Amino acid sequence: MSHHYLFYPGCSMESSAKAYYDSLMAICGPLDLELEEINDWNCCGATEYVGISLVPAYALIGRNLALAEQQANGTRTVVAPCSACYLNLAKADHYMRERPVLGEKVNIALAAGGLHYDPGSLQIRHLLDVIINDVGLDKVRAQVVRPLKGLRVAPYLGCMVPRPDYEHRWSDAELPTELDRLLKALGAEVIDFPLKTECCGGHMTQIGPSTAFELIRRLIHDADLYKADLMATLCPMCQMNLDAYQGETNRHFHTNYHMPILFFTQLMGLAFGKEAKDLGIGAELVSARAALTRIGVEVPPQEEVKPAKPKRVKQTGLPMPRMPGSEEEEEA
Amino acid sequence: MSASHLTPSYDPDNPNLRFLEEVSAATAGVSRLEMCIQCGTCGGSCPSAADMDHTPRLLFAMIRAGYREEALRSNTPWICVSCYHCVVRCPQEVHIADVMYTLKSMAIRAKLYRDSTAPDFSQTFVDNIENYGRSFEFGLATRHYLKHFPLRLPGMAPMGLGMLTKRRMDIRPRRIQNIDQLKAILARAKELEIAT
Repeated sequence: MSHHYLFYPGCSMESSAKAYYDSLMAICGPLDLELEEINDWNCCGATEYVGISLVPAYALIGRNLALAEQQANGTRTVVAPCSACYLNLAKADHYMRERPVLGEKVNIALAAGGLHYDPGSLQIRHLLDVIINDVGLDKVRAQVVRPLKGLRVAPYLGCMVPRPDYEHRWSDAELPTELDRLLKALGAEVIDFPLKTECCGGHMTQIGPSTAFELIRRLIHDADLYKADLMATLCPMCQMNLDAYQGETNRHFHTNYHMPILFFTQLMGLAFGKEAKDLGIGAELVSARAALTRIGVEVPPQEEVKPAKPKRVKQTGLPMPRMPGSEEEEEA
Repeated sequence: MSASHLTPSYDPDNPNLRFLEEVSAATAGVSRLEMCIQCGTCGGSCPSAADMDHTPRLLFAMIRAGYREEALRSNTPWICVSCYHCVVRCPQEVHIADVMYTLKSMAIRAKLYRDSTAPDFSQTFVDNIENYGRSFEFGLATRHYLKHFPLRLPGMAPMGLGMLTKRRMDIRPRRIQNIDQLKAILARAKELEIAT
């Protein structure tokens, strides 16, 4: 039986999280998932627009809901793979009902573009939710040809998928088990990760880096304590913060963590026997190559990005004598 | 110093005494801000509370007491990471994260923030959406870092380079087809308020 949904990819899937998109497309076939992209969708506003102006922020999301409602043929479920997109779509639908005056105003704005949305007419769901609850773990298990045996994975969901969870779709708001169960179905060794829904820092990497670095450090440190080989995530923002900012976080705290961050869809693709290159593996800045050799996956070498030389910590304030050829010698 | 200068003198016409109602009405759903019982679960659940001027609980007490300017100047809403831990733990089911968004937009309107880094970031993000219909990470990051974190740029270079060489960042923005429709919707939306 195939599962047909309307699909809202979100901006990141086209750029920073292309690996998420590619790996999702690679597993749609084996899972009989039909994802029909909403025509001409626009950005959801992330966590930024709503902090500037309320009605425009909800009208922006409303346009996507209205387009999806127009396009709905046979399905009224919209699937979003990104946490922020998922929450924004779900929240607009929820608040337009909870506060009818908001629904009215959004529709007045939408009318200026010839659109209308009836709140409650669509179901907004996250990708992991439909894979677990509609496709089902039996179907997932049946596709596994290369079990992720011996790979220790920290399941990391981040904040906005299990919370606030308006429709009560998740097993728990703080320690949900869906991702654990999926990864176990793939044969992975899943660690009982206590920080699985703690925050990755969100947009604080851009506006308050020290706040973000501390949140990133906690997650990486904890996964490292549990001897995870890698972390599996389901959100482009989480992946970006933990992967792309891991180097800066290391420099900030003088640590040396190396924790690869992959999308859960990439791990599904590997377990289904797909080639690493078709799953966007290698696009991560903290290379997963060493970790994946544990399950016999060869990742083609990529152009390595050299980390910036850490700033020399001046210990004395005076130049110290150096041995010729010593490693600490700095270029003149 | 007496404490009296901290207490707004009671004046039924003082608009600040209605500040709580104002914040609540300007929040997306039914905020339930009036229901706060000052238990402090929010601050205790907050991963970034250490960097906040006021915990959410204290901020809500200030709002209730009519400390408009102090509340809008607080960095708290800008440090909130929207993780919704407080929201799911709040025994009164206050929509705390959404109240934070309301306070940000009010602070921007009243020009009461101390540090323009966060408002500028949000505004640049929104400018891109209004022009293209999509977010534009490369344009956003370069404009933002040049203005607010020029000293971080050298440290950022390997990451930026990595994102570019691994084709994780578009140098040019993507535009939706019907951008005129979106612009018309947003222009109309900007004339509308939900608070009465």
